Amino acid sequence: MNRLIKTLEQKPSNLLNLFFTAGFPYLTDTITILKTLQNSEVDIVEIGMPYSDPLADGTTIQESSTIALKNGMKLQLLFEQLNSIKEDNNIPIILMGYYNQLLQYGLDRFLDDCKNAGVDGLIIPDLPLSEYEAVLKDKLEARDIAISFLITPNTSTERVDLIKRASTGFVYVVADNSITGKSKDISDEQIQYFKRTKKLMDTKPHLIGFGIKDNTSFRQACDYANGAIIGSAFIKALKEMKDLEQEIPKWVKSIKTNEVIPNS
Amino acid sequence: MQKIQINDDGFYGAFGGAYIPEMLYKNVDDLKNQYLKIIESDSFQKEYHQLLKDYVGRPSPLYYSKNLSQKYNAKIYLKREDLNHTGAHKINNTIGQILIAQRMGKTRIIAETGAGQHGVATATVCALMGLECIVYMGEVDIERQAPNVARMKMLGAEVRAATSGSKTLKDATNEAIRDWINNPNDTFYIIGSVVGPHPYPDMVAKLQAVISEEIKKQLLEKENRGHPDYIIACVGGGSNAAGAFYHYLNEKSTQLIIVEAAGMGIHTGESAATSVLGSQGIIHGSKTLLMQDEDGQIIEPYSISAGLDYPGIGPLHAHLIDSERAHVFSVTDKEALQAGLELSRLEGIIPALETSHALAVLDKMKFTSKEIVVINLSGRGDKDLATYMKHCL
Repeated sequence: MNRLIKTLEQKPSNLLNLFFTAGFPYLTDTITILKTLQNSEVDIVEIGMPYSDPLADGTTIQESSTIALKNGMKLQLLFEQLNSIKEDNNIPIILMGYYNQLLQYGLDRFLDDCKNAGVDGLIIPDLPLSEYEAVLKDKLEARDIAISFLITPNTSTERVDLIKRASTGFVYVVADNSITGKSKDISDEQIQYFKRTKKLMDTKPHLIGFGIKDNTSFRQACDYANGAIIGSAFIKALKEMKDLEQEIPKWVKSIKTNEVIPNS
Repeated sequence: MQKIQINDDGFYGAFGGAYIPEMLYKNVDDLKNQYLKIIESDSFQKEYHQLLKDYVGRPSPLYYSKNLSQKYNAKIYLKREDLNHTGAHKINNTIGQILIAQRMGKTRIIAETGAGQHGVATATVCALMGLECIVYMGEVDIERQAPNVARMKMLGAEVRAATSGSKTLKDATNEAIRDWINNPNDTFYIIGSVVGPHPYPDMVAKLQAVISEEIKKQLLEKENRGHPDYIIACVGGGSNAAGAFYHYLNEKSTQLIIVEAAGMGIHTGESAATSVLGSQGIIHGSKTLLMQDEDGQIIEPYSISAGLDYPGIGPLHAHLIDSERAHVFSVTDKEALQAGLELSRLEGIIPALETSHALAVLDKMKFTSKEIVVINLSGRGDKDLATYMKHCL
């Protein structure tokens, strides 16, 4: 069974989905990070396939992508890395990237490689629903790979319904009308939007992402969704870390609990 | 030949569409639902044409170039878009889009610019209408197009440097799109070319179509026939070409000639010749031809001309090339510089470097003396004087 679906079914609350960019800060860190996250409190990992022109990302993630590409990250290499750790990985893996990457790699080749490498889900922010239905839906279903689409505060109720039905994984609730990496606190307006969304989602698993950066915002998001996605804040933290294996578990813990972690 | 037109989903053949993140969906959808209604309304048409006439100075002349005609053995006409207010065709589009923005209740305008011509044209209409204006421009372009940066500032616009990637037009476009994502409610994005998600390519083509509308009338007066044998235009994203081709798209007796920038040479790794080096993919929300590697990473283009330094082309042009409706020539930096110098000396007109690429094609084609050739003289060369001076004088 698809591990992502299983996780969403078995653990309906406080899910932590951690995003990082493949090949960042160094080329083989994809493996190091994934290994380090085993047996941590991370429920889902979302791995960014670095792209030259990431329209839906903020500057933090774009910079990490630029570095990863300079490091030599390629899709084929990412799949090799994922295959090399496949047996040791117990966390559901989502790949996030742009539709052009899939098109050039070849849709079937990409999805076959996903399947072989143990990828459970995809997030392709610039994939139109109509193109998904016409071109990708059957291919994903045949391989038991889930897909998550995004909603924003500006997404109409009718469209939320379409997206809810199209998403076979969770629905990705974009917390703010802005792009990733902005650090500000969650506003009352956002809370209203989360409440509205929670009602619309009903039993559909949904995670809140964009702007989640610490224990406070994580817990706030978890009040209104099945969990939250942290991207830019983790990328920023990774950039500062000297020893990933030592420091990542501490960082994850700082998100999950509100204990102050002393700087060692 | 099938009629060339856009379908309801915004595709010309296999090219176009709207491949955008959900954060842009509402903005683009609102525009898609309103642009035709607005453009076709009497109030828009009246204000648009009034401004084109009295503010821009249209119709732009269709000038019979005696000296070029003699040299290249054809009847060569220059469509003088360089004589428009702000010195290029770009203002046709910005006048139209700002009227659309106003009718949609938007109060803040953003734009991207390469050579700075679109930035200046946007800053100009924002000054005219009293709207806030932010122009994204690649750091590299800010340096090589300093006069246009000064003009934008003089006009009250804020010029923001795009510092990612190649720091040119592609990256300025990314930054403008990001700005729009971050400001979805009050902001209107005036795209400068026939690129981007549907409806932009169609909307910009329609606003530039005034160029070919005028050519038709002017040619009928001068030659007693409305269609030329050839229309030649340079293509970066392709807005001046789209405007010059628009009313001839389904006129088979007119050959459409697209000229793209070969930079240092098509296969030197320093080029922007998308039709040769590109393949089908997605850039800035549109399925089209673009320069990319096997992983779909967009390859940074190069051209001496900042306006042609773009790794894709508009989906209309991709379709024209794919369906063999248009023929493509590639012109190197050197050939363009030479052609720019030639026009200056033969006709007393200093063309923009972009336009010089179109002019350079004359030397690559064979005509018969009765054939009518229209070259879209898309812009004037004041902004490029430093480059011309460095290489030609």
